[in-house]
Amino acid sequence: MAMIKRHWKTLKTAAWLGWQMESNWTQPFLFAVYSILKPIAATMILVLMYWVVINPGYGGQAENAIMFSFLYVGNAFYIFVGQMLFGIFRVIQGDREWYQTIRNVYIAPISYYVYVVARALTQLVIASIAVVITLLFGVFVLGVQISLAVTDIPLFLTILVIGLVGVSAMGVILGGISFLTAKHMHGMNESVAGIFYLFCGVLFPISMFPVWGQFISRAIPLTYWFEALRRVLAPETLQIPTSLTQIDTGLLMLILLSSTIVLVLVSYFVFKGADYLARRKGVIDMITSY
Amino acid sequence: MNIHLRLNLRAILGRAYPRVIGSLREPSWIFFEILLPVLAIAAYVFIYQALEAPPEFVGFVILGGAMTAFWLNVLWSMAAQLYWEKEIGNLQLYMMAPMSRMSLLGGMAVGGIFGSSIHASATVLIGVLLFKGPALVFPLMLIPIFLVTLIALYGMGMMFASLYLMWGREAWHMASLMEEPIYFVSGFYFPVKALGFWVALSASVIPITLGLDSMRQLLFPSVAAWGLFPVEIELGILVVLAIIFPIMARIALARMENLARRRGGLTLRWQ
Repeated sequence: MAMIKRHWKTLKTAAWLGWQMESNWTQPFLFAVYSILKPIAATMILVLMYWVVINPGYGGQAENAIMFSFLYVGNAFYIFVGQMLFGIFRVIQGDREWYQTIRNVYIAPISYYVYVVARALTQLVIASIAVVITLLFGVFVLGVQISLAVTDIPLFLTILVIGLVGVSAMGVILGGISFLTAKHMHGMNESVAGIFYLFCGVLFPISMFPVWGQFISRAIPLTYWFEALRRVLAPETLQIPTSLTQIDTGLLMLILLSSTIVLVLVSYFVFKGADYLARRKGVIDMITSY
Repeated sequence: MNIHLRLNLRAILGRAYPRVIGSLREPSWIFFEILLPVLAIAAYVFIYQALEAPPEFVGFVILGGAMTAFWLNVLWSMAAQLYWEKEIGNLQLYMMAPMSRMSLLGGMAVGGIFGSSIHASATVLIGVLLFKGPALVFPLMLIPIFLVTLIALYGMGMMFASLYLMWGREAWHMASLMEEPIYFVSGFYFPVKALGFWVALSASVIPITLGLDSMRQLLFPSVAAWGLFPVEIELGILVVLAIIFPIMARIALARMENLARRRGGLTLRWQ
């Protein structure tokens, strides 16, 4: 019981610290604008790409509203992936190299794993706001076809939570690895995020890949997350052959859940292993300077 | 040769040197800086292919993806550079050195252009090999357009560098904020004219907007009608920007340095 209380206290304090560090560099209004401008702009790139292709003055292709919904919904939920993967990585790198406070936090009588996960909660909050705004903008301004039935809300929330746990676990894995890397290795987590962007069926069906590409896609749990989210939020996208279409939703959920459990376990052991190695090498508070 | 001129030329070379050497010495950077744009290019190419867009669009994506190397370099290694230097304690050394601060920024630009050119060339090569866009033509006009775009772009980066000098953590966030929104308004992956004339015209203050638009017109003549202005006019505007930005950079640098000295924040770290 005492341990749970201590973890809860760590969780609350670290989440608050994370929120302050993310947001107190400017006025709340500017911070809100900053938080939503980037993802909205990334979404607008896709919107313009679509618009240019169907516009008679440019590409002149037939409208494909289902494909538009497919890429819009995928891109909206990808905000969680980009924000959380980069955010968790930045916790360790930022504390170590930037603020140089990692040694103080590390020797505090708390679980450092819980501390890192709690700091990720801040990213989750910021990403959630951006995702909601992106989806609302899509539905009300761009006419994206999203139809969430009331009876599907529990299923949607279940899928969302499982996926977010999985994304956090991936972030923790990268964060753990960052214990051992110099600060200029930020390309590593950006590359992982980029690989997910490309291979997880975020913007286009994975059936467009050759067989080896589809194999990679199917090996990443997030592919099933995006597919499951679309089935609930935009069921008409099932008309697009993704090569996952024939998988029953129940089985899809089972794959998503089991792979997420594996990811969480892997994240714990990778984090602890990297932590152990970093201590052995004496690099917990290293400063790589460039 | 005049001693001041010689000193400043040496300062330019001296500041460019670590960038040139550094860009070749750290293999992980080369790998990531080539891989990341290729991943984005691949995703956008697949979208266009899923939407059955004409092949020119694949070319737009490869070109835009390659030019992100220069934009990111201007943001993170020009605009934010003096701020980084302040954080790691180099800025006071630069301030004490008997050279013009413009030479320092000039050296950063020369080194940055070298490194980014390697990354951009690799991205184009990989993009063309992987995705086989439409047949390309290489008119000579492409060379002045490209060079003037880079001068204007890095001139703007020099101007931003002095503004960033005043900022603390805002610098990081500002640089981050100017990625996707600028990719959008500058039409990195689609003809900028599609944003509407006035939006595209406003975005033209960012040199890469007109640079990309001209390059698209020259490389893909079949869709030259999608350009914002004729290439000659765009070149003229770019030349004006290439003159104005370095001058503004010089003025801004002097003012910001003075202001930072008076506020006592010139070497203040961890804000």
